[in-house]
Amino acid sequence: MRATLRSIVQRLAALFRRRRLEDDLDDELRSHLEMSIELNLRKCLSPADARREALKSFGGVEQTKEIYRDQRGLPMIETTLQDLRFGLRMLRRSPGFSALAILCLTLGIGANAAVFSWIEGILFRPYPAVTHQERLLALGGTARGEARGTPISWPDFLDLQRSCTLFDAFFVTKIMGTTLSIGDRAEVTTGSIVSANYFDAIGVNPILGRGFEPGEDTGRNAHPVTVISYQLWKGRFKGDPQIIGKTQRLSGTLHTIVGVMPEGFYGTFVGWAMQFWVPASMEETFEAGGYKLEDRGARWIEAYVRLKPGVNLRQAQEEISAVAARLESAYPDTNRGRGIRLWPLWQTPFNNAGTLLPTLEIMLVVVVFVLLIACANVGNLLLVRSFARRHEMTVRMAIGAGRGRLVKQLVTEGLVLSAFGAVGGLLVAHWCRHALVLLFPARGGVTMHLPGEIDGRVVALSAGVCLLATLVVGVIPAIQMRKLDLAGALKADSAGVVGGAGRAWVRSGLVLVQVSLSFVLLVGAGLLLQSLQQIRTSSPGFSTHEVLETFVPLVSAGYDAPRAQSFQDELLERVKALPGVESAAFGRMTPLSYGSFSSTPIAVDGYQPPPEEQPIVQYNEVGPDYFATMGIPLVSGREFTRADDEKAALVAVVNETMAAQYWRSRSPIGERVQVKGRWMQVVGVAKDSKYESVRETPKVFFYVPLRQNFSRGADLFIRTPLNAETMATALAREVHTLDPGLALYEVITLQEQVDRSTSPQMVAVTLVGVLGGLALLLATIGLYGVMSYAVSQSTRELGLRMALGANASNLLRLVISRGLALTAGGVLLGGVVALALTRLLGNLLYKVSPYDPLAFVSAFVVMTGASLAACFMPAWRAIRTDPARALRE
Amino acid sequence: MAAPKSEVLQGTLDLLVLKTLDSMGPMHGFGIALRIQQVSEDLLQLNQGTLYPALLRLEQRGWIVSKWGTSENNRKAKFYSLTRAGRKQLEQEAESWERMSAMINRVLRTT
Repeated sequence: MRATLRSIVQRLAALFRRRRLEDDLDDELRSHLEMSIELNLRKCLSPADARREALKSFGGVEQTKEIYRDQRGLPMIETTLQDLRFGLRMLRRSPGFSALAILCLTLGIGANAAVFSWIEGILFRPYPAVTHQERLLALGGTARGEARGTPISWPDFLDLQRSCTLFDAFFVTKIMGTTLSIGDRAEVTTGSIVSANYFDAIGVNPILGRGFEPGEDTGRNAHPVTVISYQLWKGRFKGDPQIIGKTQRLSGTLHTIVGVMPEGFYGTFVGWAMQFWVPASMEETFEAGGYKLEDRGARWIEAYVRLKPGVNLRQAQEEISAVAARLESAYPDTNRGRGIRLWPLWQTPFNNAGTLLPTLEIMLVVVVFVLLIACANVGNLLLVRSFARRHEMTVRMAIGAGRGRLVKQLVTEGLVLSAFGAVGGLLVAHWCRHALVLLFPARGGVTMHLPGEIDGRVVALSAGVCLLATLVVGVIPAIQMRKLDLAGALKADSAGVVGGAGRAWVRSGLVLVQVSLSFVLLVGAGLLLQSLQQIRTSSPGFSTHEVLETFVPLVSAGYDAPRAQSFQDELLERVKALPGVESAAFGRMTPLSYGSFSSTPIAVDGYQPPPEEQPIVQYNEVGPDYFATMGIPLVSGREFTRADDEKAALVAVVNETMAAQYWRSRSPIGERVQVKGRWMQVVGVAKDSKYESVRETPKVFFYVPLRQNFSRGADLFIRTPLNAETMATALAREVHTLDPGLALYEVITLQEQVDRSTSPQMVAVTLVGVLGGLALLLATIGLYGVMSYAVSQSTRELGLRMALGANASNLLRLVISRGLALTAGGVLLGGVVALALTRLLGNLLYKVSPYDPLAFVSAFVVMTGASLAACFMPAWRAIRTDPARALRE
Repeated sequence: MAAPKSEVLQGTLDLLVLKTLDSMGPMHGFGIALRIQQVSEDLLQLNQGTLYPALLRLEQRGWIVSKWGTSENNRKAKFYSLTRAGRKQLEQEAESWERMSAMINRVLRTT
């Protein structure tokens, strides 16, 4: 055992002293032979015989040396090093080829690495600096009949925290915005309401001051303290080292700054960077809708849990569900039909992880395609070169290299190429790590943060991809080698024929694969583009043009309800008086925005719900002229007016779906509906529109007057032909006349609102489009390469054809038809694959069938156009063949 | 024609080399080759070259060491000598060789 170990060490050491050991060996063997010759001379042999005898009894000197070398070093490693050196030399010798091959692989591997890094940074390890993310899960509520996750209430959260045993920590983080005015600059900032254990639970410590202390999340408005982000500290507070203990007005309340978080910590909301944190006790100051910490029916928090080590999702969910069931029976008024659920981080229902998940899933498939196409291209390049190197290979075989040895060398060369490609690819991924943010429309007051994360796992995966590429790239020329025929190849090359069988089939096969894969991507890009167009152009049920939307944060400016109401009235009057304004109205929620509509269990006169049905319906609180301003037509009845105020009878407007479901064929006008225990009379029926997502199916929805259900946080809608900038200036003036301390959110068109809500589709289209274009380019290059090679190898045939009377158009047709035949084959194959795969686009498609003929036809047209372009150059060269010269050669 | 010479088994060659160095003291490769041929009365067919990988193998395992020196007729040569570990190895191998040959002899006699 010791001896074996010792010998391995010695052999390894020998790898590094080869030259000296080689000299040693030479000396030793020479001395042996000289002694042997000397002895023979003394036996009276002639010098020539003496030498011959000595060599004979020694055996082959060179063979001995070979055996000796194998024994001395580690032959496997040595030949690999040799191959590596040789591979590098080959790369240097044809820089054009190497650059093209490495570029292809860089793009292929880079696309993969970039998507891996996004998936890692957005879905799996989304929170830089947070410890043990692998045990973090998102915690939210479920409601019967509601597909999406819902927020949960603070009392429910506290009960979970008290009753569950399988968790290290429960913590709350609720995103909110506020106005931050420092000096004379007021701007909207994004922050988070958190439980007091937040920073301890995520394991991130402030660099200055402290986090929150236990108990700071209890007591109504009892702890006006805040922890700020590094960016806010550096940017707005100029990195003030004495910041701790200073106060800052947030939402009208003075808060003491108690801590500064480290650089690179952005909070725990995928997509947006948080700028400050306040404890949950300050909820009322930041959230519309009043004090909710003791209201089990107020569902507003988003929470996370960290599992104890060794606990799995199923066990954890069982424990949570048991508690949820207890809560449901203990508090039927608020919790009937409500469950509580855990989600892995990558399916978090309340941030951008969920919206990006389908896009990133598709991207995984797309980048594998791009990689395969890139590999096929490089394989093709290598094939062409291996043809040029046929002579070299044959000579090597003739002097005794085994086929295995040659294959190993080719694979090593492939490895060198793809290793360069992998390094390039990781660089590409590094450059692209913030690229996703660029694809999202900018919005005021929010710093988007969607980083790719290049960690060990991403590097390992990329290395795996690189090895896969090596296999594909190295094995292709190796297949070719199988057919290497010593005698034939050493003779002169025989001329090829356009479309001749044999060697060409591998290359044609590769092009076929490339064309079919790019065709699939083109179809996918076409479908997504059509779907995006459908989304953007199909009417959401309200006007998207000539209606502007904005928000004046009153809660965060410290307004109480009466003051807010008179402010809203005054502002509305002033806005309506502005030139160019046709109408204006307040509404609590903008459709398709981030946030949730109010919801309530309802009862309807004369409607008996089935026993299991708990009809929970969403509604919006809107002011007079809301329907006229938004352009939502009324089917019957009237809309709200100034007269529908606190003193008047309670009224409601229902949508068509609601009318159809609860009143069937009767008219609901004049009927009664019970909302949160109060009976309201239906005065109008509005047309259906989109409420939370443009992709939703028509759902039951109704409206109540804002005055009768007041909220200080209401959005302002303005119908005007003026553009948003002009309106924003005028509006800001009016707001500041009323109160200079108020900030105005950005003024956007409702179309912009629709665009923002459909940005995941936009991102998907852009990414698939860009990569589809890349794939098309690579495939075109591949086709071009194959065709020009075929032409250059068959000049003699072309010359012969010309000599026999073929004219230019015959030859043109010959070459192009061969190219198009390849394309046709690829498109056919790609069409079959596309039919099977486009279903994967599933919920990214809107009003577009995965088998949409338009997408297939356009992909076909684009592909054919690209192939024609790729074939034309080689065909042109073919008709320029000089028959006399071609035949002489 | 003389009886065919026997090929040297690899393990046997190691044993022969070790034994030679044990009884003769430090020697160079050519000397070892001559000595083995003499002792075996030329019955062993030994390509002298094969000795060198064997010497290297023994050295890698730490059973012999080598040192450049000068031969009896003033020629530069590499001299090999047995180490303590090598001597122990020789004893073990000689013993197992004897056991083995005794066993084979017994088998040959009884059949």
